[in-house]
Amino acid sequence: MAKKRTSKIKGLTLHFVPFAEIARLESVERIKKLLKLVLDNKVVILQGKLKSDEETRLIEDTMIMIGNIKGFKGVELAVISPENGQQGFMSKVKSGLVKALIGYHGALTIIGPASIVKEMKKDPKKLEVMMR
Amino acid sequence: MKILKNFGKRLLNLFFRKKKEIRLGFYGPPNAGKTSLANRICKDWTGEDMGKVSKIPHETRHVQFKEEVEIKYKEKTLKFKLVDTPGIATKIDYEDFLKHKLSKKVSQKRAKEATQGIIESIKWLDDMDAVIIVIDSTQNPYSQVNITIVGNLVSRNIPVLVVANKIDLKKSNIKKVEVAFPEYDVVGISAKQGKNIEEFYEAVFKLAKKTR
Repeated sequence: MAKKRTSKIKGLTLHFVPFAEIARLESVERIKKLLKLVLDNKVVILQGKLKSDEETRLIEDTMIMIGNIKGFKGVELAVISPENGQQGFMSKVKSGLVKALIGYHGALTIIGPASIVKEMKKDPKKLEVMMR
Repeated sequence: MKILKNFGKRLLNLFFRKKKEIRLGFYGPPNAGKTSLANRICKDWTGEDMGKVSKIPHETRHVQFKEEVEIKYKEKTLKFKLVDTPGIATKIDYEDFLKHKLSKKVSQKRAKEATQGIIESIKWLDDMDAVIIVIDSTQNPYSQVNITIVGNLVSRNIPVLVVANKIDLKKSNIKKVEVAFPEYDVVGISAKQGKNIEEFYEAVFKLAKKTR
């Protein structure tokens, strides 16, 4: 009987990127930096979140890389932030004020290579990261 | 800068272009039923289909249009240009297509076209007057792709309608979709069976009003 092939990951690197590290970078450079880490098979934990146009740019660049880098299958991406849950009017005012003062630091963005991270299941209060 | 450019473009449109038809985009993740919904509308109002549908993800790999689609609701008529876009995803693995019994060569070709289709979808965001986000109501609505698309539309000031599709299926959960998108109108439909389609057209007319 043929042996069932099981491949388990031997180790996992979580790379924390403080927002200060990308704060002064142009959008293109920000995305380049994050995707470079992902290409090194690291799961990136970014303090804060990208702007919405940067998120789509990240998807676009990922698609270009899939076509050009052998073995690269894309990314799994999730953002967890207080905004994900339902908020009342006052909480929205408060979080809007905090956002205006210190940026999107209340959020966390997790980006992992699809070859390592199978799926990220999110609901307003938790994030499950399923590994391959 | 982009926001200012878009605002300027919309302002110019408002004053100098008599809007003949509303460019209505269908966006969402793969296999949510975007083409099924576009087909349903086309069939209802033109008698023709718009595109091919399949259980295999990324069946639509190019943006496809249908121009001058006139939709009538309560004695009012509006003209639309329907823009059906490839599903947006953050990963494409040709091996996933092998599971659907496609050959390696076909799977690789499909994967390549799917990546290009996603880029094309994103590029088209700028050209929409209004967008329908189609979500599979049997799936988790909190996927980052959905949130990213909505975030982009909001920043571009493009009106959004969320459609929770596949309500004919047992696992469908419209409530979950409504909770995930509390700031938007959510309409539950079955594009395949035409369930709740009248309520959908009413919501489309409401959406169209926001474009003016």
